[in-house]
Amino acid sequence: MTLHPALAPLVNHLLASGAKARHLSDQLAPAQLILVESDAWLTVAQSARALDFRWVAVWADDLRADNTVPATFAVNACFEKGGAYLVARTTLTSDHPVLASHTSIYAGADRPERHVHDLLGMVFEGHPDQRRWCRHQAWNDNEFPLRRDVPAAGTPPERTPADHQYNFLLAQGSGVYEIPVGPVHAGIIEPGHFRFQAVGETVLRLEERLAYTHKGIEKIAQGRDAAGLARLAGRVSGDSTVAHTWAACQAMERATRLELPERAQFLRALLCERERVANHLGDVGAMLNDVGFAFGAMQFSRLREIWQRMSGDVFGHRFMMDCIVPGGVARDLEQRFEASLQVQTDAMREQVKRLMTIINDLPSVTDRVRGAGILKPEHAKALGCLGYVGRASGHSVDVRRDAPYAPYDRLEVKVPLHHYGDVNARARVRLEEMAESFELMESLLDDLPAGDCGVPWKAPLAEAEGLGLIEGWRGEILTYVRFGADARVACFFPRDPSWTTWPALELLIHDNIVPDFPVCNKSVNGSYSGADL
Amino acid sequence: MLRILGKIQRIGILTEAIPDSDEPALTEVGEQLRQHIGARFNGSLAIREVDAGSCNGCELEIQMLGNPYYSIERFGVHFVASPRFADMLLVTGPVSRHMEEALRRTYAATPEPRLVIAVGDCGACGGEFGTSYASCGAVANVIPVDAVIPGCPPTPLALMRGIIEAIRLR
Repeated sequence: MTLHPALAPLVNHLLASGAKARHLSDQLAPAQLILVESDAWLTVAQSARALDFRWVAVWADDLRADNTVPATFAVNACFEKGGAYLVARTTLTSDHPVLASHTSIYAGADRPERHVHDLLGMVFEGHPDQRRWCRHQAWNDNEFPLRRDVPAAGTPPERTPADHQYNFLLAQGSGVYEIPVGPVHAGIIEPGHFRFQAVGETVLRLEERLAYTHKGIEKIAQGRDAAGLARLAGRVSGDSTVAHTWAACQAMERATRLELPERAQFLRALLCERERVANHLGDVGAMLNDVGFAFGAMQFSRLREIWQRMSGDVFGHRFMMDCIVPGGVARDLEQRFEASLQVQTDAMREQVKRLMTIINDLPSVTDRVRGAGILKPEHAKALGCLGYVGRASGHSVDVRRDAPYAPYDRLEVKVPLHHYGDVNARARVRLEEMAESFELMESLLDDLPAGDCGVPWKAPLAEAEGLGLIEGWRGEILTYVRFGADARVACFFPRDPSWTTWPALELLIHDNIVPDFPVCNKSVNGSYSGADL
Repeated sequence: MLRILGKIQRIGILTEAIPDSDEPALTEVGEQLRQHIGARFNGSLAIREVDAGSCNGCELEIQMLGNPYYSIERFGVHFVASPRFADMLLVTGPVSRHMEEALRRTYAATPEPRLVIAVGDCGACGGEFGTSYASCGAVANVIPVDAVIPGCPPTPLALMRGIIEAIRLR
């Protein structure tokens, strides 16, 4: 068996380190899986860090089929380098569910580890922040809703009280004041709480308190069939419905070793690129709105509407929700629409170019976005920031290029990279990504293979598991699926890229003025729902 | 500046008449909306949107109501930043338990008479999420609801129709 050259040093190091590691090659392909003893958990992260791996995700899984006591849990941590993914796994029992925290080594592990604690009761020793994260007041600190013995209905209080006793860090001193914002925000956006500490107009510190939209997605996924899981995945974050559904389907298809016809893969990529363009159009417009440039905001909202209407006409849904299904796509692309998609892509490229000529010429816009909300490259790297947030700060990750899945293995994906890390850089990256998506869509349409747009779903073997890795418009989505003995979903974990960019917002807003928060926030545009789960 | 003016002139006004072919009664209902808003809300209906736990799909479509194609403000409808000066709450769901109290308080802060519309399949009945340890399900499980607009998510046109209907039936 040949190991990816980027992985070999880490795998060999772990095998030789006395971590009692066992290497399983293709169970989670394309990732490599390595089993380690729980007391070697810290060694895994230290070794990965020493070899300059990126921390990708942590998730845990109650392995029981029933309510046997003690429970056995699998905890997984994923690392990546040069497009090669390694999943380290250890098992624990509920008697002593204690593991070393990776947070002091990888800052991005902070909230994900607290999430795992709140839902499954895993204790991460050495974690610098022992506060709860996704738990508010709907369940107690000794209840762990994701454990098999807790029914999905749970035992919530008659009326769930407000979570008003969370210990925000305090800043004190003369002239320091706090601005609490949310969970209900002023605009038509998702709910969450922001606690600003400011001196005059300048933000000293921002602390986010999220999980207001926690809907128990991991729990209610359990027991679903493949089609049911695909529908749920499509609602993890509505703006990324295509990418999340694709990631879940890819994980399930890898679990069952299902080969897809080429046409299905091309159509999925077409849907995903259309989703990327729709969101970038919308967000560029929203950023212009947040700097008070109504003309630009209206123009881009116009373009987004045209784009979504075409998606509705061609694929049957304005957001292309439920268009990807296990085994392929729900609806084939009719030949009569191929030309209209090409024409629209050409027209859109031209329209965006013309608008940007106007906007680039306006100091009143450029002055507001240049130098605002700078995310330093070292912070982007430390947090493992994905998508345009990472790429605007010199941290380039793109699954389509680094670990290409079909059909991107047949396409060349050019990934824009900027280094200044301000709002302007994030907007530039989005515009350049759009331009690249137009190119990709043209190639996909030009070379669209004939044939079926799907194959029948086949029932998975018991305990089959798979890992989906998709480059959504916000960046890399990792989705893990495990089927139980009954061929139904036993574990579902979708890791939205927003997990990596929400903490970045806290850093990049530092020293900016409070009135610039909306545009800084929009330039990042983390998904609340996608990270709250 | 000249280029901006040029662009504005070239694009012209895009705002569409609500298509007759889609539902012939709609133009008429649109006119009724204007009349109802004129009579009951003195020409201006203020809506506070509350995301009580949605996947954000509904929010995207509600935002689209403001784009030049739908331009919902032409009917006298505008979205406001606080429930304290809202006539109507447009609530998307499912209502997560973590948003339950915030939704109740938003409702309490909205002056009477107030209209509540539950938006989307999740707001209407819990949708894909239903009721669980984390979700209260439908908006009506938490606050009184006057009307629902189903859809996943409802299109801007469906939203406009739903708002019109809710006012008309009131």
